[in-house]
Amino acid sequence: MDWQAVTVSARLALATTAILLVVAVPLAGWLAFSRRRWTVAAEAVVALPLVLPPTVLGYYLLVAMGARSPVGRWWQEVTGSTLAFSFSGLLVASVLSSLPFAVQPLLAAYGGVDRRLLEASAVLGRGWWGTLGRVALPLSRAGLATAAVLTFAHTVGEFGVVLMVGGNIPGVTRTASISVYDSVQAFDQVAAGRTSLLLLGFSLVVLTLTYTLQRRGGPGWPRP
Amino acid sequence: MSGSLTVRVRRHVVDAEVVVPLGGAPVTALFGPSGAGKTTLLRCVAGLERPDPGSLVAFGDEVWCDDDRHVPARSRRVGLLFQDHALFPHLDVDANVAYGLRGVPRSLRGERVAEAMATAGAGHLARRRVRELSGGEAQRVALARALAPRPRLLLLDEPLSALDTPTRSRLRVDLREVLVRSGTPTLLVSHDRTEVLTLADRVAVVVGGRVLQVGSPAEVFGRPADAAVARVVGVETAAPGVVRSRGEGVLGVEVGACRLTAVDVPGEAALGPGDEVLVCIRAEDVALELPGRAGASSPRNHLPGTVTAVAVDGPLVRVDVDCGFPLAAYITRPAREELDLVPGSAVVASVKGPAVHLVPHPQ
Repeated sequence: MDWQAVTVSARLALATTAILLVVAVPLAGWLAFSRRRWTVAAEAVVALPLVLPPTVLGYYLLVAMGARSPVGRWWQEVTGSTLAFSFSGLLVASVLSSLPFAVQPLLAAYGGVDRRLLEASAVLGRGWWGTLGRVALPLSRAGLATAAVLTFAHTVGEFGVVLMVGGNIPGVTRTASISVYDSVQAFDQVAAGRTSLLLLGFSLVVLTLTYTLQRRGGPGWPRP
Repeated sequence: MSGSLTVRVRRHVVDAEVVVPLGGAPVTALFGPSGAGKTTLLRCVAGLERPDPGSLVAFGDEVWCDDDRHVPARSRRVGLLFQDHALFPHLDVDANVAYGLRGVPRSLRGERVAEAMATAGAGHLARRRVRELSGGEAQRVALARALAPRPRLLLLDEPLSALDTPTRSRLRVDLREVLVRSGTPTLLVSHDRTEVLTLADRVAVVVGGRVLQVGSPAEVFGRPADAAVARVVGVETAAPGVVRSRGEGVLGVEVGACRLTAVDVPGEAALGPGDEVLVCIRAEDVALELPGRAGASSPRNHLPGTVTAVAVDGPLVRVDVDCGFPLAAYITRPAREELDLVPGSAVVASVKGPAVHLVPHPQ
């Protein structure tokens, strides 16, 4: 088995999950609680990676990170290396392609929070961030856990975007899912089988965990 | 606290204006049927809803909301008691009460929480889990939470409607005492007549999004400004009185110069000598007779008085009588002719004991 690729996948998934939770908690809060109409458009943009072919997303990201794009040039000036085909570039791509997997469960959980609790918090002197952190988020713990698990799992399983943006550099951008593809291309059925089995087992555990969290209705939720 | 709260709100069907004095009488009730727009008014005062252009909400000199500005709810320093309490289910009782004390130094918070809990009669509920509270207990905790930050204005949205009947009648009197003790100007929304009579010093009747009459409970319930208000308030006589005796299932009540007998209804809030009450009598329950011809049947209250007004009201005639306090009676048209009633006529009003409804109302 390609342990190097498994390690890259784990590093990528952990970093993506950490970044996305920080981003998704307020972003989902804004989408869930804002009364402005154009948040619907923002919600659609956030959900785009769910329906877009990964190669299309990967193509646009590759163009955006290339040496000819302002972002790519800026990155090169600051760090001295290219964003495309690097772990950092892979992380950026991964964060964007997994964004809906972090936002959607939180959005659903926030939607279940009694609005009057948010109003009570506001009348008691808390602003938007205070209410989000002290009321909405603690009452959405199940959604937060689901968001974390799904983001981690989706990042581990991502193939198209990773291949487009990261290429296939061993120890840097070659993830477990690419390693399976590579092994098959090289007629190494044994290695492909082992890595696949690992990913299969992992996915099954993740889904069981997710459904368990959802069925419990989450800790701290008011019981009937 | 001097000055007044000015509420001029246009929003959906609501087009209402009411000025609430902040000094003196502490509790003002917005009273009216469901869907009249009372809660919308309250939410606009709290800052939870933004009214349409042309509206004004001002607390003394401080404008909270007009066409140019909208002070957010968090900056208004009001306390709001929600209909179903809206306690935070993930926090315990103490944390709920302390929630609004962010600006208070940590060392003082415990003291403030204990003080608010004691005021609201929730002292024994400290450290309990919110899920374990009964409806009445949750109401007390919610009240403590609203009082803890020492709000400048307290807003109560149907505070007792989520409770069962025995708890409601017990808490009504307690709530009145808490409101008087806290000294915080209070705006209350209710569709429950008894709740308003018990809790409020002033009543604004809201019907169809408009404020139709503002006055003391005795004025509003005793002398409705028009037919719409009369339909809503339903009680024609509401006079302040004091319980003077209790025994054998009846209560003796002094109203003005009169003494009335009322039935001591078990299950309702226990009243005893010295308790201040509002005496409520529906005009349909009052019979009028000529002096000297009044029957001597024992359970009746016989109140001699003078007719002050006679007005035809649909199939009935409404007769207002001054018998030491204003009393309204509905009689039939033939009865009016038989008695030959005009303003100035001497009559005896008779009211059965069970028709005298006493509502506790500590001053």
